[in-house]
Amino acid sequence: MLIRFFFDLRAAGVPVSITELLSLLQALEARVAYCSAEEFYWLARLTLVKDERHFDRFDRVFAEHFAGAERLFEKIVAQVPAEWLQMMAERLFTEEERAKAQALGSWDKLLETLRERLKEQKERHSGGNKWIGTGGTSPFGSGGYNPEGIRIGDQGQRQRRAVKVWEAREYRNFDDRRELGTRNLKMALRRLRKFARQGAADELDLDGTIDATARNAGWLDLKLRPERRNAVKVLLLLDVGGSMDDHIRLCEELFSAARSEFKHLEHFYFHNFIYETLWKDNRRRHAEKSATFDLLRTFNSDYRVIFVGDAAMSPYEILQPGGSVEHWNAEAGVEWMRRFTAHFPKLIWLNPTPEEHWGWTPSISLTQDLVENRMFPLTLEGLDRAMAALRRKVLS
Amino acid sequence: MTETRFVGTDRYITTADLGMAVNAAITLGRPLLIKGEPGTGKTQLALEVAGALGRPIFEWHVKSTSKAQQGLYEYDAVSRLRDSQLGDPKVADIRNYILRGKLWEAFDSETQPVLLIDEIDKADIEFPNDLLREIDRMEFYVYETRELVQARHRPIIIITSNNEKELPDAFLRRCFFHYIRFPDAETMEKIVAVHYPNLKKELLAEALGAFYKVRETPGLKKKPSTSELLDWIKLLLAEDVPPEVLRSDDPKKAIPPLYGALLKNEQDVHLFEQLIFLNRRAR
Repeated sequence: MLIRFFFDLRAAGVPVSITELLSLLQALEARVAYCSAEEFYWLARLTLVKDERHFDRFDRVFAEHFAGAERLFEKIVAQVPAEWLQMMAERLFTEEERAKAQALGSWDKLLETLRERLKEQKERHSGGNKWIGTGGTSPFGSGGYNPEGIRIGDQGQRQRRAVKVWEAREYRNFDDRRELGTRNLKMALRRLRKFARQGAADELDLDGTIDATARNAGWLDLKLRPERRNAVKVLLLLDVGGSMDDHIRLCEELFSAARSEFKHLEHFYFHNFIYETLWKDNRRRHAEKSATFDLLRTFNSDYRVIFVGDAAMSPYEILQPGGSVEHWNAEAGVEWMRRFTAHFPKLIWLNPTPEEHWGWTPSISLTQDLVENRMFPLTLEGLDRAMAALRRKVLS
Repeated sequence: MTETRFVGTDRYITTADLGMAVNAAITLGRPLLIKGEPGTGKTQLALEVAGALGRPIFEWHVKSTSKAQQGLYEYDAVSRLRDSQLGDPKVADIRNYILRGKLWEAFDSETQPVLLIDEIDKADIEFPNDLLREIDRMEFYVYETRELVQARHRPIIIITSNNEKELPDAFLRRCFFHYIRFPDAETMEKIVAVHYPNLKKELLAEALGAFYKVRETPGLKKKPSTSELLDWIKLLLAEDVPPEVLRSDDPKKAIPPLYGALLKNEQDVHLFEQLIFLNRRAR
């Protein structure tokens, strides 16, 4: 029951889980929503949607999904058994309405009204599916929505379809390997801060000592913590002008948010791969260039270098002189990369494309080799590994 | 057991969907996460639910420095240290230094309580995650005394959020979610009537008209909400403003009086005045 609806929701991008579906069923069983279209709609939304941004998607799926039930219902209305209609009327009409109906005439008359209403509804809704938006309290809708209504339809068919949908779905694991977004940006920032704060445990942690001593009921327990040294200098090199721009912007934001934690943070841009020039301002990239040689001379080797880019290009752009897509480069990109790795022992490459796909692109494998396997995906877990690689002591 | 269904009170108007949300949360024992524009009565809801159902209420107001642990209990190590220096016999029993948090108090309540966790999004991003087990199982463990605290009655938990941070998925899965929409004119009329029953009919109509007009002003940073409307009406009543003044069709009096109660932002006031001015020139 409602399984197809559940998967429709997921397909539409509403992040619902089994827990939520089960709690909806549980709520239905507990009769929280009771034979009213609106109530069922509210209940479903209450239990399945957890963010108002998804309400619209939910509404669309709901309308679409229960329009099917509506059509199904149309077939039945023609041959609705009288006793069933009566049952329905009993549930749908309040005491007052029934009293009023009795004043009107007879029970039969009421049933007649109901039948009329059902017909009207059919005509009105046969074309569109916008009736959820207005959320009328029509008995027709309620029949369509509520469990009974569905059960009267051919259940076998419904079941089969649900299974098909189930089979068609592949299991996708998005969980903690998700690329960086606004939600986990903060976590990423924390990783970076941790990275920035390093050193030996050589400062007395006064609060920690008091706390630990008190916990020991007075026995002195000294606590040390790493001295806060903003010693980390970072040189950020970003690939711009392509499909990666969103990720690049995200990275820039990330690092500039952590800026106060670094002693120095410098950034430069490149396109696809590094050659003899880089630039600092994207709008004036052709006017204001800085020579890569100058950069190698200006920043000494205790800078950590972080490249961000997808490294997806033609291999010639790396291997051949003149291979750049933008200009004539006298020396191949590979030479420049070698100079970088020689000058900066702590160097990594962050790649926003999923790690599983790296093997398919020759230029990525090539770059991976050039940076000595220090390419990491742009996920929380990848960032962790990247920071660990940057922290590692270099044997010289 | 006292009343178990919540249908609003004489001071608080609920729409049917909100009532439904509250009742579903009570029936299934799930926390109810409430979001909505500021001033739509999110916090008030918990107080009214407690009032209507005759339950005790425990309010936990979350701040940016709040830790989940503070809701459970805190171990006051510093005063224990001090007492040990003074040779106080209390020191021997660690239980004297365990301070109960709101959640513990709610768990310990004689009758089923209402627990309000207000503005959960103010706290650190890990805050909701640290409460998962407590909310799921309604129990937690006090490590210092090796004691398991279990809820006597599953509290009705109402959580409010102002959308300043996104809440973790694991937490959301355990909650019911309701978004309080801004009330339409009809509901608003009911709300005002509940607060100011003796308000003159035409004044109310004019005030609401003016209010929605202000709300529709494009580009406002903070749209006036229900609570601001109520404040404004209070002021109008105190000043005894006649209803005709509010009719902004009259170009000379286009700016509603006492609009300071409706607009809380200097830029908004400025923008509003400018728009009115432009309007007047266009005529």
